[in-house]
Amino acid sequence: MLALIPLLPLIGFLINGAWYAFGQAPAGRKQANAAITGTLASLAIGASFVVSLILFLQLRGMSPEAGDHRFIEQTLFNWMQIGAFQLPMTLRVDALSALFTLFITGVGTLIHIYAIGYMSHDETPGKFFAFLNLFCFAMLMLVLGASLPILFLGWEGVGLCSYLLIGYWYTDDEKASAGKKAFIVNRIGDFGFLLGMFLIYATFGTLELAQLTAAVHGGLPAGVAESTVTAICLLLFLGCVGKSAQFPLYVWLPDAMAGPTPVSALIHAATMVTSGIYLVARLNVLFSLSPQAMLVVATVGAFTALLAATIAIAQRDIKKVLAYSTVSQLGYMFLGCGVGAFSAGVFHVVTHAFFKALLFLGAGSVIHGMHEEQDIMKMGGLRKQMPRTFAVFAVAWLAICGIPPFSGFFSKDEILWQAYSSTHGHALLWGFGALTAVMTAFYMTRLFSLTFLGTPRFQEHGAHGHGDGHGHGTGAGAGVHESPAVMILPLAVLALLSAVGGFIGVPHASWLDEWLDPVIHSQHELAAGVSGSTEWLLMGVSVAGAAIGIFFALRLYADLARAEALRKRFAGLHQALVNKWYVDELYDHLFVRPIHALSQGLWKGFDVAVIDRIVLGIGYVTQWTGQTVRVVQTGSTQVYAFMFVVGLIATVGYLIYGLA
Amino acid sequence: MAWLDSHLLTATVFLPLAWALAGLLVPARAEGGSGAIKSWTLVGSLVTFALSLLVYGRFEATGAAEFQLQEVAEWIPNLGISYNVGIDGISLWLILLTTFLTPIVILSSYQAIDRREKEYYALLLALETGMLGAFVAIDIFLFYVFWEVMLLPMYLLIGIWGGRERIYAAMKFFLYTVVGSLLMLVAIFYLAYQHKVQFGSYSTALLDLYKLSIPGGELLAPQSILFLAFALAFAIKVPLFPLHTWLPDAHVQAPTAGSVILASVLLKMGGYGFIRFAFPLFPQAVALFQVAFMTIAAIAIVYGAWVAMVQPDIKKLVAYSSVSHMGFVILGLFSLNALGVTGSIYQMLNHGISTGGLFLLVGMIYERRHTRAIADFGGISRTMPLFALAFMIITLSSVALPGTNGFVGEFLILLGSWSASPALTAVSALGVIFGAVYMLWMFQRVMFGPIKHKENENLVDLSFRELAVLAPLVVAVFFMGIFPNFFFGEMETSVQRFLSRSNLTVAQAAVVAPEAPAAIILQDPGKGN
Repeated sequence: MLALIPLLPLIGFLINGAWYAFGQAPAGRKQANAAITGTLASLAIGASFVVSLILFLQLRGMSPEAGDHRFIEQTLFNWMQIGAFQLPMTLRVDALSALFTLFITGVGTLIHIYAIGYMSHDETPGKFFAFLNLFCFAMLMLVLGASLPILFLGWEGVGLCSYLLIGYWYTDDEKASAGKKAFIVNRIGDFGFLLGMFLIYATFGTLELAQLTAAVHGGLPAGVAESTVTAICLLLFLGCVGKSAQFPLYVWLPDAMAGPTPVSALIHAATMVTSGIYLVARLNVLFSLSPQAMLVVATVGAFTALLAATIAIAQRDIKKVLAYSTVSQLGYMFLGCGVGAFSAGVFHVVTHAFFKALLFLGAGSVIHGMHEEQDIMKMGGLRKQMPRTFAVFAVAWLAICGIPPFSGFFSKDEILWQAYSSTHGHALLWGFGALTAVMTAFYMTRLFSLTFLGTPRFQEHGAHGHGDGHGHGTGAGAGVHESPAVMILPLAVLALLSAVGGFIGVPHASWLDEWLDPVIHSQHELAAGVSGSTEWLLMGVSVAGAAIGIFFALRLYADLARAEALRKRFAGLHQALVNKWYVDELYDHLFVRPIHALSQGLWKGFDVAVIDRIVLGIGYVTQWTGQTVRVVQTGSTQVYAFMFVVGLIATVGYLIYGLA
Repeated sequence: MAWLDSHLLTATVFLPLAWALAGLLVPARAEGGSGAIKSWTLVGSLVTFALSLLVYGRFEATGAAEFQLQEVAEWIPNLGISYNVGIDGISLWLILLTTFLTPIVILSSYQAIDRREKEYYALLLALETGMLGAFVAIDIFLFYVFWEVMLLPMYLLIGIWGGRERIYAAMKFFLYTVVGSLLMLVAIFYLAYQHKVQFGSYSTALLDLYKLSIPGGELLAPQSILFLAFALAFAIKVPLFPLHTWLPDAHVQAPTAGSVILASVLLKMGGYGFIRFAFPLFPQAVALFQVAFMTIAAIAIVYGAWVAMVQPDIKKLVAYSSVSHMGFVILGLFSLNALGVTGSIYQMLNHGISTGGLFLLVGMIYERRHTRAIADFGGISRTMPLFALAFMIITLSSVALPGTNGFVGEFLILLGSWSASPALTAVSALGVIFGAVYMLWMFQRVMFGPIKHKENENLVDLSFRELAVLAPLVVAVFFMGIFPNFFFGEMETSVQRFLSRSNLTVAQAAVVAPEAPAAIILQDPGKGN
């Protein structure tokens, strides 16, 4: 039963993939209809959602008090076994993975359905839906794997799928590069993950997650130094930094916008980027043993949250703004984990999955309706043409800004409060988070205002389709239009979830905390000098901050001339923000070019110039010697071979008769 | 059949050669084509593969004998040299790799080779006999003979059917390998002589030589010098940095089949030589040079990847990637524990599949475009979707994505080498990053982007024959990635025996607790060595 959860999307992938490869890809064959392949793929992931739901209910039925351990396990086969080293292919679902499974398959299904409409004009929908299923399969293996190598299988699997899907329109070199960048930057993180695994095996003698957690449950085991645990956590965290797009490895995520919008939604909301949080939450007992590692996690999270928010302010591409907001929100989640509020981090993963999927799919609806226009400066006033998209987008906007009672408010507030009050927390961490909250409200309102409010800044009948064979209805007369029902329906469901999803984690009465308790034991220990009433004060501060951010952005972008004047006054800063603080350029000069130059140097300067010269030198010496016995230098291979054999026989003959 | 039953290995080894000789009677060019010799050769290689499956069926994973299916016949009794063949769980898989790849390679040559076909196919089969012989020989002199026999057909394949600079490449290949093997020959005679000194008679039988006690432990002790003599020959074959520079030239100039055999099987001779001869014969030298060789391996991994990255020619890129991948093999072997060694053996099989596959793929586009320069391609995913699919899968295997065979090998090697040296493991793991860089960058420039050259607009996708060439490899990539345990069963006993001979710690522990020698290192990953 459990194995069905990942297997169903895998089967969907195999069917659609084989059909595409042999039935549609060869020259001259007809492409499948997006409705058919899309329905097939949606059924696969939808069925997986149903199975996840059944297992979730089964888990709920188990009572921890009665001695039931809330988990279900299934071993498929033995992956590797060498002596005492055992690595069975075991899947395991418990409170944490059940939660992830639910929203991966749930939100995933909605994205699949939406994509049927969005990709209806695509050239190769069969390939697209095959990859989409594969993506979900990999993500499900990641959260269901009972040991680190299986988790790593999914971990690299989502990396591969992001590579394939970001570079989906591969004929565009820039998009293909974005896919490659995602894979390689992820690989840098995976390098850390691998070393972390090795160190875990060397230290604890197991790679099994449950055994590992059990080994460290009662504090540091005898004979294990805290520094070792810190090293393990930091190595694994490097993996998280890559996969969950944190500073300094976040650079792949904004470029990942090159993929079709449903892919962006899948990567940014339900899958892939949440895996880093999953790993840290999964190993929360281990991370808690190392205050240094926790501090690193929290600091990286807080810094990334703020950095990405600053960049988001100046972006004009609707998907780029959302991309940086994802980086920023992921920073929040790590901030939560780093101050020991693991369940708050997970809580934000869940609410973020709802509202970020909604934001991306809503943006997709806008892009689709605007015939592939992504520049928000060329939008405006869309509330009239796209009223339904406008309505659902508004929900997501309020949710991400943290306005009560929308979902984002609860999770974000929980993180901020813990960042201030927990024993791992610090007022400075809270400050970073709160400032980010204000800026988030600002740039999201900017996006919302420029897209939906005000007056249209495009010509009603002049919107052109462009993009790689994806545009449709090109030419005069094609107006901006609302998206079809197959796209709006998933949006409506997500809007509902974004609106009320926060109630699973109401402060002091959190269903989520209680549910996660077997995996993540929440302590809610207050640091010295923090009183309970501060909680309400800080909550008020953060809501007020969000309101201020919204207010200023609404005011500013209601009158574009004023926004323009402001931009001119801070032209230098604005330029730095538009260029993302020049981080990509910095990496290019710091790493890419030097390594490339070094490699060239090694090849031409060492391989060819030194080693080969020595070898050829030996060859010349031989040749020179050969000049003196020129008679045998015939240049004929056959003669050489003959002489070699004769020589061999002579030697052997001498040895036999000479020595015997 | 009774003869076959007791001479199964001999039959498997010499069938290709006999088939090639018989093939000389087949008319080279029947009316309108040369189908006869092609089919004849393909059938011969398939029969050989079938025989090797019989060998697999007869092999017992938990057999008590060190070498199974053994056959011994007197050859040069005065010197103790005999025709002595047998297999264990390590050579078994290398034999299967060879017989599995040979039919694929023959099928891939159907269109590429259009002159002197008879000689070409005969040489391929002769080469197979040489390779199989080297894997089954358990007399060290017999091994040496096969080792040299192999060299000749390969040299001719490059020299006759190679590219423009084939003579230069063939000479370089010959020079390197002959220099390497001459020292080994001297070392072999020294060993045979030592047997006379210690036991009263000459012998080159491996099991006899294992019993020799040769002083070692210091840099200039006989063990160290002998080890280095063997190591030089094997390191050149692997090829281990900095002895690798023959490989790029040989690969680029060789015809596709030559490159595939070279990468897939001949390079494995180096790794196999370390396992079968250099390690168990000279354990003290292994201990002495462990760190040095692991360091070189780590350098090879990163160096190979870096230099591969900047290659303008696809074949050269793949050649340098071999330097990187085979560095992992050496790293795993010298980590001297079950995980690392098993990983190394598996990596040898993986490399045979993935690099062989890459050379086949390169050959296929070369046949269409007569160029291997990366810059001459771009965007051909669009015109050749099936080719793109196969290329992508083999690429993923090469970058060791979990689920493919490549991951299992690299993971086990690094896991094993960590207990020997965390620092060198960390350096080697950088190969994981750079491996992705050079492969995906190449893939992008060849397959993605717009079509920049007119010639690429009408490329024909894979033919049925080409699909038949690639399909077995693609299946192998996933099967070996998902069910590695299928292969580990046969290896386990042999790996433990290897460790108890080659790792002094294990060998000494075996004296105290003879029942479970290798388990000690397994249960104690942190303090292995």
